Amino acid sequence: MELLRFTTAGSVDDGKSTLIGRLLYDSKSIFEDQMAAVKQSSERKGLQHIDLSLLTDGLRSEREQGITIDVAYRYFATPKRKFIIADTPGHIQYTRNMVTGASTANLALVLVDARKGVVEQTCRHSYIASLLKIPHIIVCINKMDLVDYSEEAFNKVVEQYNDFAGKIDVTDIRYIPISALEGDNVVNDSENMPWYKGTSLLHTLETIHIGSDENHVDARFPVQTVIRPHAAEYHDYRGYAGRIAGGIFKPGDKITVLPSGLTSAIKSINTFSGPVEEAFAPMSVSITLEDDIDISRGDMIIKDDSEPLVSQDIDVMLCWMASKGPRPGAKYHLKNTTREVMAIIKEVYYKLDINTLEKLEDAGDIKMNEMARVRLRTTQPLVFDEYRKNRITGSLILVDESTNETVAAGTILL
Amino acid sequence: MHKYYLTHLQELESEAIYVIREVVAQFDRPAILFSGGKDSIVVTHLAQKAFWPAKIPMPLIHIDTGHNFPETMEFRDKLVDRLGVQLIVGSVQEAIDKGRAVEESGINASRNELQIVSLLDTIEHHKIDAAIGGARRDEEKARSKERFFSHRDEFGQWDPKNQRPELWNIFNGRKRMGEHFRVFPISNWTEMDIWNYILQENIAIPSLYFAHNREAVYRDGTWLPASEFLVLRDGEKIENKLMRFRTLGDITITGGIESEADTLEKIVEEVSATRSTERGNRSDDKRSDTSMEDRKKQGYF
Repeated sequence: MELLRFTTAGSVDDGKSTLIGRLLYDSKSIFEDQMAAVKQSSERKGLQHIDLSLLTDGLRSEREQGITIDVAYRYFATPKRKFIIADTPGHIQYTRNMVTGASTANLALVLVDARKGVVEQTCRHSYIASLLKIPHIIVCINKMDLVDYSEEAFNKVVEQYNDFAGKIDVTDIRYIPISALEGDNVVNDSENMPWYKGTSLLHTLETIHIGSDENHVDARFPVQTVIRPHAAEYHDYRGYAGRIAGGIFKPGDKITVLPSGLTSAIKSINTFSGPVEEAFAPMSVSITLEDDIDISRGDMIIKDDSEPLVSQDIDVMLCWMASKGPRPGAKYHLKNTTREVMAIIKEVYYKLDINTLEKLEDAGDIKMNEMARVRLRTTQPLVFDEYRKNRITGSLILVDESTNETVAAGTILL
Repeated sequence: MHKYYLTHLQELESEAIYVIREVVAQFDRPAILFSGGKDSIVVTHLAQKAFWPAKIPMPLIHIDTGHNFPETMEFRDKLVDRLGVQLIVGSVQEAIDKGRAVEESGINASRNELQIVSLLDTIEHHKIDAAIGGARRDEEKARSKERFFSHRDEFGQWDPKNQRPELWNIFNGRKRMGEHFRVFPISNWTEMDIWNYILQENIAIPSLYFAHNREAVYRDGTWLPASEFLVLRDGEKIENKLMRFRTLGDITITGGIESEADTLEKIVEEVSATRSTERGNRSDDKRSDTSMEDRKKQGYF
């Protein structure tokens, strides 16, 4: 059974909670006592219907205001796959939460109201999915029951979305007409839309091919820590522990350590269950080398057939996440894979209008929830790839030196 | 299915090992919060995998309410012995004796909330800067908002509205002196994943999880085990039941279910067919809609 992580974004009235509630309920992931508690809370609030958002809007302030503020992770499984939903609010003031949810997702679920068609929010969600390089988008055209399950209404939205999809960098886009409220095409095929020949949302989620989403070409192994057992039987053991970020490693492979440039060959790849003949992303392993060379946390082990970039000047698309914008000349801790260096924002090229992807030059200071293309300068070289090539080695965060807050997330551009 | 792919359990395992290794790399004095329940047993198993062939490079912390299942204590001591790790015990009884905590009274009295005092005292006394816990996001709605690396201020408190964003697999463990982190490597696991993993790895768990005969009393929809701490209410009577526990906590608040599942296979089958949550048998969560959030803000597990 495979794991599929997907993200949703939406506001109160577009049916997102209803859709998620239905996926969870129909896959029997909501338990009777949870349902009873939600029913009771809904009645206490005087609601006519059962408010499924109460299942997960768990924080006191969210329940009071009736909105999702934070990213909520929800889980369900079918006999075919396990799913993790990063459920995020859709309003522009929560762009940072959408970016957070999108950062680990293989797939984005974009909800469109069949009556309203493609609106600003639709574009924003899709752009974020594209900027964060989510490989698959499913556009759910919802509330088909309110347009008499009309094929024409569906086609109109598909056409609108297609027009705009030329601007985004996602190749796998699918469209499904659904009614989250009535259940059409969510779990079961709809009898109300015989003209739709595709599969239901759940069936699509279960079968979409995600095996090629990881980069199995460019071998990258960021070292997390060094394992040195102080025991007689493992006297000279030095294992480099980490999670493979790309490519395939095998015993005997010639490797280079970056940024030092030292070379060696892989002696063994170990796990608790025994040595393995090959290791690939996202496996956690520990690697021993033929030679005793200086390697520590923050170094990256690579294979010579594909070299990452090593530089102190890096172009990045930043999403600003803190309530205060960057201070002039401020230094930040930059974290990229397991490496940590200091960095400054040397230049702001432009800000990006996240509703239109328009470049805004001379648009003033960067504020929370805004995106900007910047040049960073670091104290020590970083070892990285372009984000579109590798989402692990191509991503970074900035941490404020004085508050220790995570203030920005960045995807590396060339 | 092509060759380079992990099953969901392998991927969750790899993610958890990565998180545990990050803790050891980023902090000076980490520890594992060990309750003797299945989740902390799985976390300990993952920590063993993360550093093999070295020993787990941090101690286990057990917060002892004094109201334990004897089986849990025996299990804990054997495990610590087998792994060769240090065990730190934070005693709620000691906190009460010293006047640091006051025993609750009333019909629903328990030592559940008092654990917060002992836990924070233990963390402070041993200068623990990262405490790894077995909480999962699917368990409870306040926990669904938790980060993998969850910041605690100098009073040990959680501020759910002001959490650090967590992107990709980059974890920010920076903090000031006196602050600490709670880290949850199995955030993305569900109860079903835990049981399937225990079965797959054949991990030893306390006998309490398997069906056994026990004296218990039926209260609030669950079978509370008879113990020296149990006070019968009017109309209640002790019965002998074939039962097991889905979660383990303090003996005074952990209810069991009637069950004949006496093997891991049968437990997995039973859990996959069940229609109520595991914490439904925990009276500590039933106090209000936000009781977990309220306790967590103060420093609870």
